[in-house]
Amino acid sequence: MSDAVADFRADVEDWISEALPSALQGREMGPAGNGPKRTDSDSQKWFDACYERGFTVPNWPRAYGGAELDKARHQVLREVFRAHGAPQPLGGMGVTMIGPTLLEHGNDEQKERHLPKIANGEIRWCQGYSEPSAGSDLASLRTKAEDKGDFYLVNGQKIWTSGAQYADWIFCLVRTNPDVPKHDGISFLLFSMHDPGVSVKPIVLINGTSPFCEVFFTDVKVPKRDLVGQENKGWTVAKRLLQHERSSLSGLGGGPRADEQGSLVDVARQYLGVDEQGRVADPSLRRELIDHQIRSRAFALTQRRSHEENQAGDVPTFATSIFKYYSSETRKRRYELQLRMMGTQGVGWEGDSFSDDELALTRTWLRSKSGTIAGGSTEVQLNIIAKRVLGLPD
Amino acid sequence: MPMILNDEQNMLKDSAKDFCTNNAPIAQLRKLRDEDNADGFDRDTWKQMVELGWAGIPWKEDFGGLDFGYKGLGVVTEETGRTLTASPLYATVWVGGTAINVGGTDEQKSSLLPEVAGGSLLLALALEEGPRHNPYGIETKAEAKGGDFVINGKKTFVLDGNVADKLIVVARTSGKPGDRNGLTLFLVDRTAKGVEVTRTKMADSRNAANISLSGVTVSKDDVLGDVDKGADVLDATLDVARIGLAAELLGSAQEAYERTIEYLKERVQFGVPIGSFQGLKHRAADMFCEVELCKSVVLDALSALDEGRSAEDIAKAASLAKAKVGETFTLVSREAVQMHGGIGMTDEFDIGFFMKRAAVAEQTFGDLIFHRNRYGELEGY
Ligand SMILES: Cc1cc2nc3c(=O)[nH]c(=O)nc-3n(C[C@H](O)[C@H](O)[C@H](O)COP(=O)(O)OP(=O)(O)OC[C@H]3O[C@@H](n4cnc5c(N)ncnc54)[C@H](O)[C@@H]3O)c2cc1C
Repeated sequence: MSDAVADFRADVEDWISEALPSALQGREMGPAGNGPKRTDSDSQKWFDACYERGFTVPNWPRAYGGAELDKARHQVLREVFRAHGAPQPLGGMGVTMIGPTLLEHGNDEQKERHLPKIANGEIRWCQGYSEPSAGSDLASLRTKAEDKGDFYLVNGQKIWTSGAQYADWIFCLVRTNPDVPKHDGISFLLFSMHDPGVSVKPIVLINGTSPFCEVFFTDVKVPKRDLVGQENKGWTVAKRLLQHERSSLSGLGGGPRADEQGSLVDVARQYLGVDEQGRVADPSLRRELIDHQIRSRAFALTQRRSHEENQAGDVPTFATSIFKYYSSETRKRRYELQLRMMGTQGVGWEGDSFSDDELALTRTWLRSKSGTIAGGSTEVQLNIIAKRVLGLPD
Repeated sequence: MPMILNDEQNMLKDSAKDFCTNNAPIAQLRKLRDEDNADGFDRDTWKQMVELGWAGIPWKEDFGGLDFGYKGLGVVTEETGRTLTASPLYATVWVGGTAINVGGTDEQKSSLLPEVAGGSLLLALALEEGPRHNPYGIETKAEAKGGDFVINGKKTFVLDGNVADKLIVVARTSGKPGDRNGLTLFLVDRTAKGVEVTRTKMADSRNAANISLSGVTVSKDDVLGDVDKGADVLDATLDVARIGLAAELLGSAQEAYERTIEYLKERVQFGVPIGSFQGLKHRAADMFCEVELCKSVVLDALSALDEGRSAEDIAKAASLAKAKVGETFTLVSREAVQMHGGIGMTDEFDIGFFMKRAAVAEQTFGDLIFHRNRYGELEGY
């Protein structure tokens, strides 16, 4: 490590021991930019401290609220955060998806207008991609945008829009030309969810929460300055954003996901007991636990290798499909295994007969099923790997 | 021929299918859940099931039954599995009624089984004490006191424990937890002094309860089977219960599977039905094979009961059936959600109910690991 990077580490270590409220250590804080606004003062304090240093979006240019960290320093920052159990100050689709996409594809005016408000957590974004008949086949989307001179008139419907009930803005795929092959008539628009003609209807997930919505557009007027890239060339931008999405979903960017910090090994010890040698008492489940740990460890090492190999910086590629696929499948298996370890205490729904952790497990297990569907299903990722990475014929 | 249904059994199955589809569809379970129904099942529907004779199918006519065998009860239960119907059929008939039928004196049988058949007596087996199935790991104690017994202990995951009129409590009269010997089964009124019942809401929206017993006094007439030899009754009952559950889950697995195949034919992406993608096709075909195997193991297990095969053969058939069908239902219910995509993740769409049911049923009377292990032991390897 160069001296300059070592100095940076020392500096950040000093800073974090002052800045991080101890109550937040090892906790997830429901990052700003995602879901309802935060209320508690510790979270706000931590967010402000990070924002001041540009650490809500560490590798973005300073002009847009970032710290302009290079790859090595960004990595150091992640390590320090992880070592201190520091929660991510900012999450959501602004910082993980539309922000990086605008940095690459937005014009200067769009970057200046949108990026700082992502960095400071003011504007929360949602993703208007999927439609009732356009899921895996996203490019068949039908929501239409008609050219009305200086604005587009948008009509149609989106579905499964995560966080739409909280979002201030949407990045939205629309059809601007219905008469050409499907990929060639799509445009990428940004508009406010508070605009007239936008309405939102929450959908309940199988775990009882309501993280996503149906979104309806009736004669929504979108000024042309919020077209990203060129008209009818939105598919390129859209695909790029999906890579950023998959990269973030697979935890490529950050540390372990907060909800996974609780160790599966501890769960095994607690629910299955240990023998005299300290081994998990149930041999079958112990074997499955070891399988899982090996799988997870091998995956983490692969993430690290990929990260170190990727000299170009934090820019994701088709390889994101590998990580998105593997991390979501592994996560699903983890919760299946945990559920079985916990026996009947793992399948409670509500009430005092179950601990909070037990009840949370049931819901997280159910939620984990969406990991292999959302952001492009497992099947779609495998198709991409087969086609784009392996070059197998269609 | 044990592997096919006779005409009467087929007729019974068809009428059960009609009944469940029309009178007790998944919408009913959803409604019970959403209304937070205190009983956890629909009493009118239960009454109708009783009128159809379902609660008396396996009992001898002397005991108010139809003497139609477990195969008869099995085909009915398979249909209730398709619709995920919540009813006392499982806890009262398959489990509780069987325990009385197996372990009861003639007097107990003639007083209780007609009430079961008539639907007026609901039962629950109070067995488990920890989060994993462990039939001999009983700590609950019953101490002889004069001509009576005094029971102290805690039970968990008692299916229908919140609605049963009588509990069949598995308690230890001698030995230590883990011993097969020294268990005794007691009939205990749910409202008896010292019995405290707390309903536990499970992910599948079916009834279960935690039960604490403190100083509950029962007479020696309330013993089911012989003192210290309760495991003889318990083991036989549990094997019937596992076979019954396998029959129910066979129905659930088939339904989830068939709904998914329909969806693969209907849902169009990339200009074609998604069922034309080989990545899904092969998995669908594989599931078909698994479901076919499940049908066979369930039929064989039901036949084993009706033919009166040896306890050991029944035990093998029960562990085989619970392991195989449980595993298949787990697979099918997960694949069902995955293959439905986003819609499968919504509460509004029914397919998720199957996955929740599979998870709870997997923990009922032994999971895959338990029954794999037991099957191996019974086979001597
Ligand atoms: C929790 C959650 C949050 C979401 N959030 C958002 C969001 O914020 N914004 C947004 O736009 N969308 C969101 N989605 C939608 C998500 O992107 C879609 O659900 C996903 O793309 C799948 O589309 P679909 O649901 O229409 O399923 P379908 O495309 O109909 O797929 C059904 C099944 O067919 C399989 N399949 C499809 N095509 C092929 C193929 N060629 N080969 C093999 N198998 C195939 C699929 O893998 C799946 O198993 C979210 C979904 C979930 C579950």
